[in-house]
Amino acid sequence: MEMKDLYREIVNEHNLYPSHKKDLADPTIVLQGVNPSCGDDINLQLLVENDTIADAAFNGSGCAISQASADMMIDLIIGKKTDDALRLAEQFMGMIKGTATRDEIEELEEAAALEDISHMPARVKCANLAWRTMKEEIEKLQKGE
Amino acid sequence: MNNDFKKDFAIFEGNDIIYFDNAATAQRPRKVMEAMTTFNDTCNANPLRGLYDWSVRATAAYEEAREKTAAFIGAQTSEEIIFTRNATESLNLVAYSYGLSHIKEGDEIVISVMEHHSNILPWQMVARERKAKLVFLECDEEGTIAREEYESKITDKTKIVSIMQVSNVLGVTNPVREIADYAHAKGAVVIVDGAQSVPHRAVDVQALHADFLAFSAHKMCGPMGMGVLYGKKELLEDMPPFLTGGEMIEYVTREDATFAELPHKFEAGTVNAQGAAGLSAAIDYLRDVGFDRIRETEDRLTKRLMAGMQELPYITICGANDPLLHSGIVTFNIEGCHPHDVSSVLDTEGICIRAGHHCAQPLMKHLGVQSTARASLYFYNTEEEVDRFLEKLGKVREWLGIK
Ligand SMILES: Cc1ncc(COP(=O)(O)O)c(C=O)c1O
Repeated sequence: MEMKDLYREIVNEHNLYPSHKKDLADPTIVLQGVNPSCGDDINLQLLVENDTIADAAFNGSGCAISQASADMMIDLIIGKKTDDALRLAEQFMGMIKGTATRDEIEELEEAAALEDISHMPARVKCANLAWRTMKEEIEKLQKGE
Repeated sequence: MNNDFKKDFAIFEGNDIIYFDNAATAQRPRKVMEAMTTFNDTCNANPLRGLYDWSVRATAAYEEAREKTAAFIGAQTSEEIIFTRNATESLNLVAYSYGLSHIKEGDEIVISVMEHHSNILPWQMVARERKAKLVFLECDEEGTIAREEYESKITDKTKIVSIMQVSNVLGVTNPVREIADYAHAKGAVVIVDGAQSVPHRAVDVQALHADFLAFSAHKMCGPMGMGVLYGKKELLEDMPPFLTGGEMIEYVTREDATFAELPHKFEAGTVNAQGAAGLSAAIDYLRDVGFDRIRETEDRLTKRLMAGMQELPYITICGANDPLLHSGIVTFNIEGCHPHDVSSVLDTEGICIRAGHHCAQPLMKHLGVQSTARASLYFYNTEEEVDRFLEKLGKVREWLGIK
Protein backbone atom coordinates (compact mmCIF):
# COMPACT_ATOMS: atom_id res chain seq x y z
CA MET A 1 0.00 0.00 0.00
CA GLU A 2 1.30 3.46 -0.78
CA MET A 3 1.98 5.77 2.13
CA LYS A 4 -0.92 8.12 1.46
CA ASP A 5 -3.37 5.21 1.17
CA LEU A 6 -2.04 3.73 4.37
CA TYR A 7 -2.76 6.98 6.13
CA ARG A 8 -6.18 7.36 4.54
CA GLU A 9 -7.37 3.82 5.05
CA ILE A 10 -5.96 2.97 8.45
CA VAL A 11 -3.67 5.32 10.25
CA ASN A 12 -5.70 8.55 10.24
CA GLU A 13 -8.74 7.00 11.86
CA HIS A 14 -6.79 5.59 14.80
CA ASN A 15 -4.65 8.68 15.10
CA LEU A 16 -7.47 11.21 15.03
CA TYR A 17 -10.07 9.15 16.90
CA PRO A 18 -8.18 6.70 19.10
CA SER A 19 -10.28 4.38 21.27
CA HIS A 20 -7.65 3.83 23.90
CA LYS A 21 -5.96 7.19 24.35
CA LYS A 22 -6.73 7.88 27.99
CA ASP A 23 -5.48 7.09 31.48
CA LEU A 24 -6.40 3.94 33.39
CA ALA A 25 -7.57 4.49 36.97
CA ASP A 26 -5.43 1.78 38.48
CA PRO A 27 -2.86 0.31 36.08
CA THR A 28 -0.60 -2.55 37.16
CA ILE A 29 2.31 -1.07 35.25
CA VAL A 30 3.05 2.13 33.35
CA LEU A 31 6.07 2.61 31.15
CA GLN A 32 7.32 5.44 28.99
CA GLY A 33 8.38 4.49 25.48
CA VAL A 34 10.40 7.04 23.53
CA ASN A 35 11.98 7.39 20.13
CA PRO A 36 14.52 10.07 20.95
CA SER A 37 15.29 10.85 17.33
CA CYS A 38 11.65 11.51 16.37
CA GLY A 39 10.30 12.82 19.64
CA ASP A 40 7.64 10.10 19.81
CA ASP A 41 6.83 9.69 23.44
CA ILE A 42 4.08 7.37 24.64
CA ASN A 43 3.07 6.20 28.03
CA LEU A 44 1.61 2.72 27.97
CA GLN A 45 -0.57 1.53 30.82
CA LEU A 46 -1.54 -2.09 31.41
CA LEU A 47 -3.96 -3.57 33.89
CA VAL A 48 -2.98 -7.21 34.35
CA GLU A 49 -5.12 -9.67 36.30
CA ASN A 50 -4.39 -13.42 36.48
CA ASP A 51 -1.80 -13.13 33.70
CA THR A 52 -4.42 -11.58 31.48
CA ILE A 53 -4.46 -8.06 30.11
CA ALA A 54 -7.74 -6.85 31.54
CA ASP A 55 -7.38 -3.33 30.21
CA ALA A 56 -4.83 -1.08 28.52
CA ALA A 57 -4.50 2.55 27.47
CA PHE A 58 -1.91 4.97 26.22
CA ASN A 59 -1.13 8.64 26.35
CA GLY A 60 1.54 10.97 25.10
CA SER A 61 2.45 12.44 21.77
CA GLY A 62 3.98 11.26 18.59
CA CYS A 63 3.47 10.85 14.89
CA ALA A 64 0.30 9.32 13.47
CA ILE A 65 2.01 5.99 12.84
CA SER A 66 3.19 5.57 16.40
CA GLN A 67 -0.20 6.63 17.78
CA ALA A 68 -2.23 4.45 15.43
CA SER A 69 0.02 1.47 16.05
CA ALA A 70 -0.47 1.86 19.81
CA ASP A 71 -4.23 2.10 19.43
CA MET A 72 -4.44 -0.97 17.20
CA MET A 73 -2.16 -2.91 19.50
CA ILE A 74 -4.37 -2.22 22.47
CA ASP A 75 -7.44 -3.33 20.50
CA LEU A 76 -5.66 -6.59 19.92
CA ILE A 77 -4.22 -7.35 23.34
CA ILE A 78 -7.11 -6.57 25.67
CA GLY A 79 -8.35 -9.91 26.98
CA LYS A 80 -5.22 -11.79 25.89
CA LYS A 81 -2.89 -13.75 28.15
CA THR A 82 0.39 -11.90 28.72
CA ASP A 83 2.30 -14.71 27.01
CA ASP A 84 0.10 -14.35 23.95
CA ALA A 85 0.61 -10.58 23.96
CA LEU A 86 4.36 -11.11 24.07
CA ARG A 87 4.15 -13.50 21.15
CA LEU A 88 2.04 -11.02 19.18
CA ALA A 89 4.61 -8.30 19.84
CA GLU A 90 7.31 -10.57 18.41
CA GLN A 91 5.10 -11.28 15.42
CA PHE A 92 4.42 -7.60 14.84
CA MET A 93 8.09 -6.68 14.98
CA GLY A 94 8.82 -9.69 12.77
CA MET A 95 6.30 -8.38 10.25
CA ILE A 96 7.96 -4.96 10.24
CA LYS A 97 11.34 -6.64 9.77
CA GLY A 98 9.89 -8.68 6.93
CA THR A 99 10.43 -12.05 8.59
CA ALA A 100 6.91 -12.98 9.78
CA THR A 101 4.83 -15.67 8.07
CA ARG A 102 1.40 -15.02 6.51
CA ASP A 103 -0.32 -16.75 9.43
CA GLU A 104 1.61 -14.73 11.98
CA ILE A 105 0.65 -11.53 10.19
CA GLU A 106 -3.02 -12.46 9.96
CA GLU A 107 -3.15 -13.06 13.67
CA LEU A 108 -2.33 -9.37 14.17
CA GLU A 109 -5.78 -8.48 12.83
CA GLU A 110 -6.04 -4.79 11.96
CA ALA A 111 -2.41 -4.11 12.89
CA ALA A 112 -1.46 -6.31 9.95
CA ALA A 113 -2.28 -3.30 7.80
CA LEU A 114 1.00 -1.76 8.90
CA GLU A 115 2.92 -4.45 7.04
CA ASP A 116 4.03 -1.99 4.39
CA ILE A 117 5.98 -0.04 6.98
CA SER A 118 8.59 -2.74 6.43
CA HIS A 119 9.42 -0.88 3.19
CA MET A 120 9.66 2.47 4.95
CA PRO A 121 12.78 2.27 7.10
CA ALA A 122 12.33 5.80 8.42
CA ARG A 123 9.05 4.82 10.07
CA VAL A 124 9.96 1.42 11.53
CA LYS A 125 10.73 2.80 14.96
CA CYS A 126 7.43 4.68 15.04
CA ALA A 127 5.42 1.55 14.24
CA ASN A 128 7.31 -0.59 16.76
CA LEU A 129 7.30 1.84 19.67
CA ALA A 130 4.13 0.68 21.47
CA TRP A 131 4.92 -3.00 20.88
CA ARG A 132 8.45 -2.65 22.17
CA THR A 133 7.15 -0.86 25.25
CA MET A 134 4.45 -3.47 25.87
CA LYS A 135 7.02 -6.26 25.62
CA GLU A 136 9.25 -4.52 28.11
CA GLU A 137 6.39 -4.09 30.55
CA ILE A 138 5.29 -7.70 30.42
CA GLU A 139 8.85 -8.91 30.79
CA LYS A 140 9.23 -6.71 33.84
CA LEU A 141 6.02 -8.10 35.34
CA GLN A 142 7.04 -11.66 34.62
CA LYS A 143 10.40 -11.11 36.29
CA GLY A 144 8.48 -9.78 39.25
CA GLU A 145 10.04 -6.31 39.07
CA MET B 1 12.91 33.92 -13.03
CA ASN B 2 14.44 30.48 -12.77
CA ASN B 3 18.08 29.58 -12.86
CA ASP B 4 19.90 26.78 -14.59
CA PHE B 5 22.12 25.62 -11.78
CA LYS B 6 20.33 22.30 -11.41
CA LYS B 7 21.97 21.27 -14.66
CA ASP B 8 25.29 21.22 -12.85
CA PHE B 9 24.13 18.36 -10.66
CA ALA B 10 23.79 14.78 -11.84
CA ILE B 11 21.37 13.97 -9.04
CA PHE B 12 18.69 16.30 -10.45
CA GLU B 13 18.80 14.72 -13.88
CA GLY B 14 15.71 12.87 -15.09
CA ASN B 15 13.52 13.56 -12.07
CA ASP B 16 11.64 16.44 -10.56
CA ILE B 17 12.51 15.80 -6.95
CA ILE B 18 12.25 18.93 -4.83
CA TYR B 19 15.25 18.92 -2.55
CA PHE B 20 14.54 21.29 0.34
CA ASP B 21 16.88 19.75 2.92
CA ASN B 22 19.95 21.78 2.09
CA ALA B 23 20.68 22.74 5.68
CA ALA B 24 21.26 19.04 6.39
CA THR B 25 23.47 18.49 3.39
CA ALA B 26 23.80 20.21 0.03
CA GLN B 27 24.00 18.46 -3.32
CA ARG B 28 27.35 18.03 -5.07
CA PRO B 29 27.85 19.34 -8.58
CA ARG B 30 29.62 17.31 -11.25
CA LYS B 31 32.65 19.59 -11.03
CA VAL B 32 33.27 18.53 -7.45
CA MET B 33 32.96 14.86 -8.33
CA GLU B 34 35.26 15.38 -11.31
CA ALA B 35 37.92 16.96 -9.13
CA MET B 36 37.76 13.98 -6.79
CA THR B 37 37.90 11.55 -9.68
CA THR B 38 40.87 13.40 -11.15
CA PHE B 39 42.69 13.07 -7.84
CA ASN B 40 41.86 9.40 -7.75
CA ASP B 41 42.80 8.75 -11.37
CA THR B 42 45.97 10.80 -11.59
CA CYS B 43 47.77 11.08 -8.28
CA ASN B 44 46.24 8.88 -5.59
CA ALA B 45 48.98 8.16 -3.08
CA ASN B 46 49.50 8.79 0.59
CA PRO B 47 50.13 12.51 0.83
CA LEU B 48 53.01 13.73 3.02
CA ARG B 49 54.71 10.36 3.21
CA GLY B 50 56.06 9.65 -0.25
CA LEU B 51 58.96 10.91 -2.22
CA TYR B 52 57.70 9.93 -5.63
CA ASP B 53 55.68 11.88 -8.15
CA TRP B 54 52.16 10.69 -7.29
CA SER B 55 52.64 11.32 -3.61
CA VAL B 56 54.16 14.70 -4.29
CA ARG B 57 51.18 15.64 -6.42
CA ALA B 58 48.72 14.25 -3.87
CA THR B 59 50.40 16.44 -1.27
CA ALA B 60 50.25 19.42 -3.59
CA ALA B 61 46.51 18.90 -4.20
CA TYR B 62 45.90 18.67 -0.47
CA GLU B 63 47.91 21.77 0.36
CA GLU B 64 46.38 23.71 -2.49
CA ALA B 65 42.97 23.02 -0.95
CA ARG B 66 44.28 24.41 2.31
CA GLU B 67 45.53 27.59 0.60
CA LYS B 68 42.22 28.02 -1.15
CA THR B 69 40.25 27.51 2.05
CA ALA B 70 42.46 30.02 3.85
CA ALA B 71 41.84 32.65 1.16
CA PHE B 72 38.12 31.77 1.09
CA ILE B 73 37.57 32.73 4.73
CA GLY B 74 40.27 35.37 5.04
CA ALA B 75 42.76 33.45 7.19
CA GLN B 76 46.18 35.06 7.40
CA THR B 77 48.12 31.95 6.52
CA SER B 78 47.19 28.46 5.43
CA GLU B 79 48.71 27.10 8.65
CA GLU B 80 45.59 28.39 10.32
CA ILE B 81 43.46 25.87 8.43
CA ILE B 82 43.08 22.41 9.98
CA PHE B 83 41.21 19.80 8.00
CA THR B 84 38.86 17.58 9.97
CA ARG B 85 35.96 15.26 9.13
CA ASN B 86 33.20 17.81 9.73
CA ALA B 87 32.12 20.79 11.81
CA THR B 88 31.42 18.46 14.72
CA GLU B 89 35.00 17.24 14.79
CA SER B 90 36.27 20.81 14.43
CA LEU B 91 34.30 21.91 17.49
CA ASN B 92 35.43 18.84 19.42
CA LEU B 93 39.02 19.59 18.52
CA VAL B 94 38.76 23.06 20.05
CA ALA B 95 36.98 21.73 23.12
CA TYR B 96 39.37 18.87 23.82
CA SER B 97 42.54 20.73 22.94
CA TYR B 98 41.96 24.40 23.78
CA GLY B 99 39.11 23.86 26.23
CA LEU B 100 40.63 21.21 28.45
CA SER B 101 44.02 22.93 28.53
CA HIS B 102 42.72 26.43 29.31
CA ILE B 103 39.59 26.08 31.40
CA LYS B 104 39.96 25.90 35.15
CA GLU B 105 37.60 25.39 38.03
CA GLY B 106 35.18 28.28 38.37
CA ASP B 107 35.68 29.54 34.80
CA GLU B 108 32.66 30.08 32.60
CA ILE B 109 31.94 28.93 29.06
CA VAL B 110 29.19 30.82 27.24
CA ILE B 111 27.14 29.28 24.42
CA SER B 112 23.59 29.99 23.25
CA VAL B 113 20.37 28.10 23.68
CA MET B 114 20.01 27.77 19.91
CA GLU B 115 23.26 25.84 19.37
CA HIS B 116 23.41 22.60 17.44
CA HIS B 117 24.22 19.66 19.71
CA SER B 118 27.71 19.63 18.22
CA ASN B 119 28.34 22.99 19.87
CA ILE B 120 26.77 21.98 23.18
CA LEU B 121 28.03 18.52 24.08
CA PRO B 122 31.76 19.27 23.74
CA TRP B 123 31.35 22.22 26.14
CA GLN B 124 29.29 20.17 28.57
CA MET B 125 32.24 17.77 28.60
CA VAL B 126 34.79 20.54 29.26
CA ALA B 127 32.62 22.07 31.98
CA ARG B 128 32.17 18.70 33.67
CA GLU B 129 35.85 17.76 33.46
CA ARG B 130 37.10 21.10 34.69
CA LYS B 131 34.31 21.99 37.10
CA ALA B 132 33.55 25.05 35.05
CA LYS B 133 30.13 26.56 34.46
CA LEU B 134 28.27 26.38 31.17
CA VAL B 135 26.22 29.54 30.66
CA PHE B 136 23.49 29.89 28.01
CA LEU B 137 22.58 33.02 26.09
CA GLU B 138 18.81 33.03 25.67
CA CYS B 139 16.99 34.30 22.62
CA ASP B 140 13.49 35.67 22.11
CA GLU B 141 10.86 34.03 19.89
CA GLU B 142 12.34 35.52 16.75
CA GLY B 143 15.72 34.14 17.73
CA THR B 144 17.28 37.47 18.64
CA ILE B 145 19.95 37.48 21.31
CA ALA B 146 19.72 40.92 22.87
CA ARG B 147 22.74 43.04 23.66
CA GLU B 148 21.78 43.13 27.37
CA GLU B 149 21.68 39.34 27.30
CA TYR B 150 25.25 38.79 26.16
CA GLU B 151 26.57 41.79 28.05
CA SER B 152 25.16 40.39 31.27
CA LYS B 153 26.24 36.79 30.72
CA ILE B 154 29.74 37.36 29.38
CA THR B 155 31.83 38.40 32.37
CA ASP B 156 35.39 38.43 33.62
CA LYS B 157 34.91 34.76 34.46
CA THR B 158 34.12 33.90 30.84
CA LYS B 159 37.03 32.20 29.10
CA ILE B 160 35.27 30.81 26.04
CA VAL B 161 32.31 32.02 23.98
CA SER B 162 31.14 29.56 21.33
CA ILE B 163 28.27 30.57 19.12
CA MET B 164 26.68 29.76 15.78
CA GLN B 165 26.63 32.46 13.14
CA VAL B 166 23.39 31.24 11.55
CA SER B 167 20.87 28.98 13.27
CA ASN B 168 20.00 25.73 11.51
CA VAL B 169 16.46 25.98 12.89
CA LEU B 170 15.48 29.65 12.89
CA GLY B 171 17.83 30.81 10.14
CA VAL B 172 18.55 33.86 12.25
CA THR B 173 21.98 35.49 12.06
CA ASN B 174 23.57 36.20 15.40
CA PRO B 175 25.50 39.43 16.03
CA VAL B 176 28.72 37.44 16.17
CA ARG B 177 31.09 40.34 15.67
CA GLU B 178 29.49 42.41 18.44
CA ILE B 179 29.53 39.41 20.75
CA ALA B 180 33.15 38.69 19.83
CA ASP B 181 34.22 42.26 20.58
CA TYR B 182 32.50 42.20 23.92
CA ALA B 183 33.96 38.78 24.76
CA HIS B 184 37.46 39.83 23.73
CA ALA B 185 37.26 42.85 25.99
CA LYS B 186 36.55 40.42 28.83
CA GLY B 187 39.51 38.27 27.83
CA ALA B 188 37.60 35.32 26.33
CA VAL B 189 38.28 33.53 23.05
CA VAL B 190 35.50 33.29 20.51
CA ILE B 191 34.58 30.20 18.53
CA VAL B 192 32.12 30.53 15.67
CA ASP B 193 30.08 27.62 14.31
CA GLY B 194 29.89 28.55 10.64
CA ALA B 195 28.20 25.35 9.45
CA GLN B 196 25.12 27.27 8.23
CA SER B 197 26.76 30.56 7.28
CA VAL B 198 29.85 29.66 5.25
CA PRO B 199 27.83 27.88 2.52
CA HIS B 200 25.56 30.89 1.99
CA ARG B 201 27.54 34.08 2.33
CA ALA B 202 31.08 35.41 2.22
CA VAL B 203 32.49 34.82 5.69
CA ASP B 204 35.70 36.57 6.66
CA VAL B 205 37.26 35.59 9.95
CA GLN B 206 39.01 38.97 10.24
CA ALA B 207 35.78 40.91 9.77
CA LEU B 208 34.03 38.56 12.18
CA HIS B 209 36.80 38.92 14.81
CA ALA B 210 36.61 35.15 15.30
CA ASP B 211 39.38 33.20 16.98
CA PHE B 212 38.09 29.89 15.64
CA LEU B 213 35.63 29.01 12.90
CA ALA B 214 34.20 25.54 12.23
CA PHE B 215 32.33 24.33 9.14
CA SER B 216 31.61 21.26 6.99
CA ALA B 217 32.30 20.79 3.28
CA HIS B 218 29.15 18.74 2.69
CA LYS B 219 26.84 21.67 3.36
CA MET B 220 28.58 23.77 0.70
CA CYS B 221 28.48 21.41 -2.28
CA GLY B 222 31.62 19.58 -1.17
CA PRO B 223 32.09 15.98 -0.08
CA MET B 224 31.02 14.37 3.17
CA GLY B 225 33.81 13.52 5.58
CA MET B 226 35.62 16.81 5.09
CA GLY B 227 35.50 19.64 7.59
CA VAL B 228 37.46 22.75 8.44
CA LEU B 229 38.69 24.35 11.60
CA TYR B 230 40.19 27.79 11.32
CA GLY B 231 42.17 28.94 14.34
CA LYS B 232 44.36 31.96 14.98
CA LYS B 233 47.95 30.87 14.63
CA GLU B 234 49.10 31.98 18.07
CA LEU B 235 46.24 30.07 19.68
CA LEU B 236 46.80 26.91 17.64
CA GLU B 237 50.55 26.95 18.34
CA ASP B 238 49.87 26.99 22.01
CA MET B 239 47.42 24.08 21.95
CA PRO B 240 48.20 20.39 22.58
CA PRO B 241 47.37 17.91 19.82
CA PHE B 242 43.85 16.48 19.72
CA LEU B 243 44.61 13.06 18.23
CA THR B 244 48.07 11.55 18.08
CA GLY B 245 49.80 9.05 15.83
CA GLY B 246 51.27 9.21 12.37
CA GLU B 247 51.83 12.34 10.26
CA MET B 248 51.71 14.70 13.21
CA ILE B 249 55.18 14.21 14.74
CA GLU B 250 58.75 15.38 14.36
CA TYR B 251 60.55 12.79 16.44
CA VAL B 252 59.31 9.81 18.36
CA THR B 253 61.35 7.92 20.92
CA ARG B 254 60.16 5.02 23.05
CA GLU B 255 58.90 7.34 25.72
CA ASP B 256 58.20 10.62 24.06
CA ALA B 257 57.54 12.58 20.91
CA THR B 258 57.83 16.07 19.56
CA PHE B 259 55.02 17.29 17.41
CA ALA B 260 55.02 18.55 13.89
CA GLU B 261 54.47 22.18 13.04
CA LEU B 262 51.09 23.64 12.34
CA PRO B 263 48.78 22.60 10.83
CA HIS B 264 50.01 18.98 10.77
CA LYS B 265 50.10 18.82 14.55
CA PHE B 266 46.32 18.58 14.39
CA GLU B 267 46.01 16.19 11.48
CA ALA B 268 46.97 12.79 12.83
CA GLY B 269 46.90 9.82 10.48
CA THR B 270 46.32 9.66 6.75
CA VAL B 271 44.30 12.67 5.70
CA ASN B 272 41.33 12.90 3.35
CA ALA B 273 43.23 14.29 0.38
CA GLN B 274 40.57 13.34 -2.12
CA GLY B 275 38.00 15.10 0.03
CA ALA B 276 40.23 18.16 0.13
CA ALA B 277 40.35 18.16 -3.66
CA GLY B 278 36.55 18.07 -3.59
CA LEU B 279 36.35 20.95 -1.10
CA SER B 280 38.71 22.95 -3.26
CA ALA B 281 36.46 22.42 -6.29
CA ALA B 282 33.38 23.29 -4.21
CA ILE B 283 34.95 26.61 -3.25
CA ASP B 284 35.69 27.32 -6.92
CA TYR B 285 32.15 26.38 -7.83
CA LEU B 286 30.54 28.59 -5.17
CA ARG B 287 32.79 31.46 -6.23
CA ASP B 288 31.67 31.01 -9.84
CA VAL B 289 28.04 31.07 -8.79
CA GLY B 290 28.85 34.05 -6.58
CA PHE B 291 27.65 34.77 -3.07
CA ASP B 292 25.64 37.76 -4.28
CA ARG B 293 23.65 35.52 -6.55
CA ILE B 294 23.32 32.84 -3.88
CA ARG B 295 21.97 35.39 -1.44
CA GLU B 296 19.66 37.02 -3.93
CA THR B 297 18.16 33.68 -5.00
CA GLU B 298 17.71 32.41 -1.45
CA ASP B 299 16.08 35.64 -0.33
CA ARG B 300 13.73 35.75 -3.30
CA LEU B 301 12.69 32.13 -2.84
CA THR B 302 12.31 32.48 0.92
CA LYS B 303 9.99 35.46 0.44
CA ARG B 304 7.85 33.49 -1.97
CA LEU B 305 7.83 30.43 0.25
CA MET B 306 6.95 32.26 3.44
CA ALA B 307 4.30 34.39 1.74
CA GLY B 308 2.65 31.21 0.47
CA MET B 309 2.88 29.51 3.85
CA GLN B 310 1.46 32.52 5.63
CA GLU B 311 -1.69 32.16 3.53
CA LEU B 312 -2.33 28.79 5.14
CA PRO B 313 -3.78 29.68 8.55
CA TYR B 314 -2.92 26.36 10.14
CA ILE B 315 0.82 26.78 9.55
CA THR B 316 3.09 28.37 12.12
CA ILE B 317 6.59 29.40 11.15
CA CYS B 318 9.32 29.47 13.78
CA GLY B 319 11.40 32.60 14.11
CA ALA B 320 11.18 36.00 12.47
CA ASN B 321 8.32 37.17 10.25
CA ASP B 322 10.77 38.81 7.88
CA PRO B 323 11.91 36.26 5.27
CA LEU B 324 15.17 38.15 4.83
CA LEU B 325 16.14 37.10 8.35
CA HIS B 326 15.83 33.37 7.57
CA SER B 327 18.90 32.53 5.48
CA GLY B 328 16.72 30.25 3.39
CA ILE B 329 15.65 28.18 6.41
CA VAL B 330 11.92 27.90 7.15
CA THR B 331 11.01 25.73 10.12
CA PHE B 332 7.29 25.18 10.61
CA ASN B 333 4.46 23.16 12.02
CA ILE B 334 1.09 22.26 10.58
CA GLU B 335 -1.61 22.29 13.22
CA GLY B 336 -2.82 18.79 14.00
CA CYS B 337 -0.05 17.05 12.05
CA HIS B 338 3.12 15.55 13.37
CA PRO B 339 6.17 16.73 11.38
CA HIS B 340 7.19 13.15 10.62
CA ASP B 341 3.87 12.45 9.00
CA VAL B 342 4.16 15.70 7.08
CA SER B 343 7.54 14.73 5.68
CA SER B 344 6.38 11.16 4.96
CA VAL B 345 3.43 12.26 2.84
CA LEU B 346 5.49 14.95 1.12
CA ASP B 347 8.08 12.28 0.33
CA THR B 348 5.44 10.43 -1.66
CA GLU B 349 5.25 13.59 -3.81
CA GLY B 350 9.00 13.68 -4.34
CA ILE B 351 9.63 16.41 -1.78
CA CYS B 352 12.53 16.15 0.65
CA ILE B 353 12.30 18.08 3.90
CA ARG B 354 13.60 17.47 7.37
CA ALA B 355 11.47 16.65 10.41
CA GLY B 356 12.46 16.25 14.02
CA HIS B 357 14.45 18.24 16.53
CA HIS B 358 17.25 19.23 14.12
CA CYS B 359 19.93 18.40 16.71
CA ALA B 360 18.82 21.42 18.71
CA GLN B 361 16.76 20.01 21.57
CA PRO B 362 17.44 22.85 24.01
CA LEU B 363 16.14 25.32 21.42
CA MET B 364 13.06 23.17 20.75
CA LYS B 365 12.32 23.17 24.44
CA HIS B 366 12.91 26.93 24.63
CA LEU B 367 10.46 27.46 21.77
CA GLY B 368 7.97 25.07 23.37
CA VAL B 369 7.79 22.65 20.45
CA GLN B 370 8.60 18.94 20.44
CA SER B 371 9.44 18.54 16.87
CA THR B 372 9.17 20.62 13.70
CA ALA B 373 9.38 20.32 9.93
CA ARG B 374 12.02 22.31 8.06
CA ALA B 375 12.37 23.40 4.46
CA SER B 376 15.83 24.79 3.69
CA LEU B 377 16.78 26.31 0.36
CA TYR B 378 19.91 26.75 -1.68
CA PHE B 379 20.74 28.68 -4.84
CA TYR B 380 19.86 25.83 -7.20
CA ASN B 381 16.26 25.71 -6.00
CA THR B 382 13.69 27.46 -8.15
CA GLU B 383 10.45 29.40 -7.96
CA GLU B 384 8.71 26.56 -9.76
CA GLU B 385 9.80 24.22 -6.96
CA VAL B 386 8.59 26.64 -4.31
CA ASP B 387 5.19 26.87 -6.02
CA ARG B 388 4.89 23.11 -6.38
CA PHE B 389 5.95 22.67 -2.76
CA LEU B 390 3.28 25.15 -1.61
CA GLU B 391 0.62 23.41 -3.64
CA LYS B 392 1.45 20.05 -2.05
CA LEU B 393 1.81 21.57 1.39
CA GLY B 394 -1.76 22.78 1.08
CA LYS B 395 -2.91 19.18 0.72
CA VAL B 396 -1.05 17.68 3.64
CA ARG B 397 -3.88 18.08 6.13
CA GLU B 398 -6.30 16.40 3.81
CA TRP B 399 -3.89 13.49 3.30
CA LEU B 400 -3.58 13.17 7.05
CA GLY B 401 -7.34 13.04 7.46
CA ILE B 402 -7.96 16.52 8.85
CA LYS B 403 -11.02 18.09 7.30
C1 LIG C 1 24.71 24.89 12.91
C2 LIG C 1 25.31 23.56 12.73
N1 LIG C 1 26.43 23.25 13.40
C3 LIG C 1 27.03 22.07 13.27
C4 LIG C 1 26.52 21.10 12.45
C5 LIG C 1 27.22 19.80 12.37
O1 LIG C 1 27.71 19.54 11.11
P1 LIG C 1 28.31 18.11 10.79
O2 LIG C 1 27.22 17.12 11.04
O3 LIG C 1 28.69 18.20 9.36
O4 LIG C 1 29.47 17.91 11.69
C6 LIG C 1 25.36 21.37 11.73
C7 LIG C 1 24.79 20.36 10.82
O5 LIG C 1 23.70 19.89 10.92
C8 LIG C 1 24.74 22.62 11.89
O6 LIG C 1 23.61 22.91 11.24
